[in-house]
Amino acid sequence: MAKAKVTFLDTGVTVNVPVGTRVIEVSEKVGAGLIYGCREGDCGTCLMKVEEGWNNLSEPSVVEEKILRENMAGKHCRLACQAQVLGDITVKPA
Amino acid sequence: MTVKDVNKDGYAATQADAVALSDRVHWIGALDPALRTFDIILKTANGTTYNSYLVRGSDGVAVIDTVKEAFSETFFKRLESVADYSEIKYIVLNHLEPDHTGALPELMRRAPQAHLYISQRAQTMLKALLKQDQFEFTPVTTGDTISLGDRTLRFLNTPYLHWPDTQCTYLEEEEILFSGDVFGCHYCDARLFNDRVGDFRFSFEYYYAHIMRPFRDYVLKALKLIEPLSLKAIAPSHGPVLRDRPEQYLSHYRRLATSALDSEIGQEKSLLIFYISSYGNTARMAEAVYEAVGEIKGVRASLYDLEGGEVAPFVDLIEEADGLLFGTPTINGDAVKPVWDLLSSLAVVETRGKLAGAFGSYGWSGEAVRMVEERLRSLKMSVPIEGVRIKLIPTDEELKQCRDFGTSIGKALVGELENRIVEMAELQAG
Repeated sequence: MAKAKVTFLDTGVTVNVPVGTRVIEVSEKVGAGLIYGCREGDCGTCLMKVEEGWNNLSEPSVVEEKILRENMAGKHCRLACQAQVLGDITVKPA
Repeated sequence: MTVKDVNKDGYAATQADAVALSDRVHWIGALDPALRTFDIILKTANGTTYNSYLVRGSDGVAVIDTVKEAFSETFFKRLESVADYSEIKYIVLNHLEPDHTGALPELMRRAPQAHLYISQRAQTMLKALLKQDQFEFTPVTTGDTISLGDRTLRFLNTPYLHWPDTQCTYLEEEEILFSGDVFGCHYCDARLFNDRVGDFRFSFEYYYAHIMRPFRDYVLKALKLIEPLSLKAIAPSHGPVLRDRPEQYLSHYRRLATSALDSEIGQEKSLLIFYISSYGNTARMAEAVYEAVGEIKGVRASLYDLEGGEVAPFVDLIEEADGLLFGTPTINGDAVKPVWDLLSSLAVVETRGKLAGAFGSYGWSGEAVRMVEERLRSLKMSVPIEGVRIKLIPTDEELKQCRDFGTSIGKALVGELENRIVEMAELQAG
């Protein structure tokens, strides 16, 4: 299975994960600071800033785009419960 | 005017009519003197009020917030005493919690021409509240205004006071701030104004401590927007209207929201180690962790035996801390009650983003450390280093593990922890 590296800047941990994994699953397992509320892409709690590898995440859905807008999320922000890892990325809580 | 008349006038909100804040601004809210518990968590010895306001301009009327549904009749009666439904052009919602939006659906039926103004973050909540998508509204943010002819409402984006959706609305010409829940309190008094009501200081502070305190960074951000305003009155959505020296309430909020501990320890990171021990083993582990953390430059560690303390002051300390560790034995497969008592009392402070961990000695199974780690994660803290679990009496080698744990925690606090690489599959197995 293809692997990718997910690096959490806040805790200094890099995790090798199978491609397709959602970022929140990794953060949760490794105790990084990205935390979830609803886990359904609705509450915006798991907002993260993608520092590197912006293009290595699944495209945001219409619903995610809407929540990002309503949360006035900055550039390169995504929801960790929605974004799936496609290649190496570096993230931190927004 | 006789004394009786003065009193009657003084208790204005006992009448069915609206109460004037000025010629153009009226209170059209409701009194709920019998309420004794609000939202499960708050005691309300004096009941509460649901404050709604009506502003009349030369070109239309605006209603700011409504009341809890059960009080709709009172609200509509007061509204009708100062305006016709056909005159209402705007409905402004500073906060969508049901105690302020309960009468909204009926108000929208009675004034179908009225346009809704809400914060950006309120949009999804509004749809959930009205259970339909077919209505128009305008999301607003800081700087947006609506004109009522000779009166202007200006919006301030003040999120998380105490929901993501909260905002304040400023009536420019009269210098009145309709603040929503911030600067409010649960204190029902028909005299309505802060220069007339009874002593509500306790209620004001209690409300801050339970509702606003977890969001104090947002309180400080909101104060930055509000403090420059010229203010004749603050009109919150609960409790007295603050028309006598409103600026005093701003400085009081600033005092309440400012950290006391920072000034004592300067730039150092504060780490609190809480432990409890039945045979002294977890205590020995705590001391080893404490010793090692103390050697990390830039970290100020403190050690507390939970057995000798009470929950409330520890909660105060936790609010100010950068990192927290909990040492707990395992008894009957669980962490012990004093640990859970503290960990279940943290909803009133912000714990998100703090660094945390757990450790402990055990006799048979040793589940407590992992259970506490789970709880710390649920409180949205970061738990980057797996805690140390030791069976019964720690050996010298095991005490070294505790010191290494302390060193790693200390380094993580000052951002010096080396990047670790782990396999997802191993995490799942663990």
